[in-house]
Amino acid sequence: MSLLEVSDLDVRHGLLQAVRGVSFELDEGETLALVGANGAGKSTLLSAIAGAHRPNGGTIRLDGRPITNLPAHRRVGIGIALVPEGRRLFQSLTVEENLLVAGRPGYWTLERVLEAFPLLPPRRGHRAATLSGGERQATAIARALMSNPRLLLLDEVSLGLAPAAIEDVYRSLARVTDAGTTVLLVEQDLTRALGFARRVMCMLEGRIVLEGDPAALAREQITEAYFGLARTGAPSR
Amino acid sequence: MTWVNAVIEGILLGGLYALFACGLSLMFGVMRIINLAHGDLALLGTFMIMVVSQHLGLSPFAALVIVLPGAAAVGYALQMGILQRGMRGGELAPLLATFGLSVVIGNLLLEIFSADTHSLSAGALTTASWQISSQLSIPALGVLIFAVAVLVLGGLQLFLSRTSLGRAMRATADDPGTAELVGINSRRVYATASAIAIASAALAGMFFGMRSSFDPTLGPAQLIFAFEAVVIGGLGSLWGTLVGGIILGVAQTVGAQIDPAWSILSGHILFLAVLAFRSGGIFTAREVRV
Repeated sequence: MSLLEVSDLDVRHGLLQAVRGVSFELDEGETLALVGANGAGKSTLLSAIAGAHRPNGGTIRLDGRPITNLPAHRRVGIGIALVPEGRRLFQSLTVEENLLVAGRPGYWTLERVLEAFPLLPPRRGHRAATLSGGERQATAIARALMSNPRLLLLDEVSLGLAPAAIEDVYRSLARVTDAGTTVLLVEQDLTRALGFARRVMCMLEGRIVLEGDPAALAREQITEAYFGLARTGAPSR
Repeated sequence: MTWVNAVIEGILLGGLYALFACGLSLMFGVMRIINLAHGDLALLGTFMIMVVSQHLGLSPFAALVIVLPGAAAVGYALQMGILQRGMRGGELAPLLATFGLSVVIGNLLLEIFSADTHSLSAGALTTASWQISSQLSIPALGVLIFAVAVLVLGGLQLFLSRTSLGRAMRATADDPGTAELVGINSRRVYATASAIAIASAALAGMFFGMRSSFDPTLGPAQLIFAFEAVVIGGLGSLWGTLVGGIILGVAQTVGAQIDPAWSILSGHILFLAVLAFRSGGIFTAREVRV
């Protein structure tokens, strides 16, 4: 049985339907990259899985158990953690407090997390408001890990980071997947996404338009799906 | 010497104001709610302690064992039942809800206990004092109230900075949506903060009733003093609240020394002066973002 099962999911932002009838499954230990243009519905899909956004239709199952209407704070308890877009750290708390506030017993302890993110130990006593972009993203991912999730949802991993910081964050992420955590990530940087994930899914206007093994897919296929060129048949306009 | 007496009396009175104010400060810091029923809830505590101690023949201190958990339960239910719904309706809705609650509690107290003045006896403590010189004496009850205020404020500060629930409370104050995403039940955190706030108000209410006589109409005045202490000290800073309470207390007692009619007025004038010249208060918030 798959770890996560999403079927016919519809999510709206007021009048705008951001996610339209999305269905997919995710197995334990898999790494899946979600790509697509801005406004394709990737972030909305992630926040619906995490419980921050109520879907208007469809179901979400974890281990076969429906969780569609479970509040966000209870989804953390059964193993779902989201690193939200824009990091959203607790500004007035220190790095260490940001990590401890999410702490749940399991493999990832404060020591292990600090070891996996070498950027953090020198900053552990500093308030989150004073961190650089890379440090903020590292803290956000580390905070999510502290809840010992079985499924880690990462939104816009490299957005706004310097190349060296992206390198650091991905090096740390590799340790997370090595530890057996299932990862679903949204990434704007196509090369990064294809290099990291074992499966890639492309969204366009709220729908999944392409799915497959990054090695088996031609780069053009993905870019066509990304920009919606495949649907119209020819790169017109 | 009478001036020294007035200042000492003012400092001790400031402890009571700070005790009134810390619950107000906590609810504002965590939920961004200004609880206009705070004074009436404190006065409700005063009356409940009076009823319990009369009916069971207990001292007011022993009655606290029953009334404090009751006050905490009222605070929890208040947040879960009324304020939580109000918060969904924007910033004004909880303010109006607490205003309505203030009117309801004030009138209920008047209905049940009439407009008669009452008092709580602290036994020998009421009159006990340390005679420093022939003109200077320090009242034992005032010292006790001040010590309790320091303990409560210090305890609250430690609770917020050191315990995991306190950490969750600060995280929720920062960003309730993200707090939910790291597994914090923000509704329960809010209700807990409200329970602590109302229990501290009841404790302040007991000391208020021991210090002077009271009647059901005094709730709003206590709210104003508490509010002034919070604003003078700086929103969101607990130690600032203690300093704010002391400044307010000293202004009132020194004002009364000049002319008895100046007592309350001089406190208000000082409050307005702080607002005019230092609107952020004497201490700016560090613990809780404003």
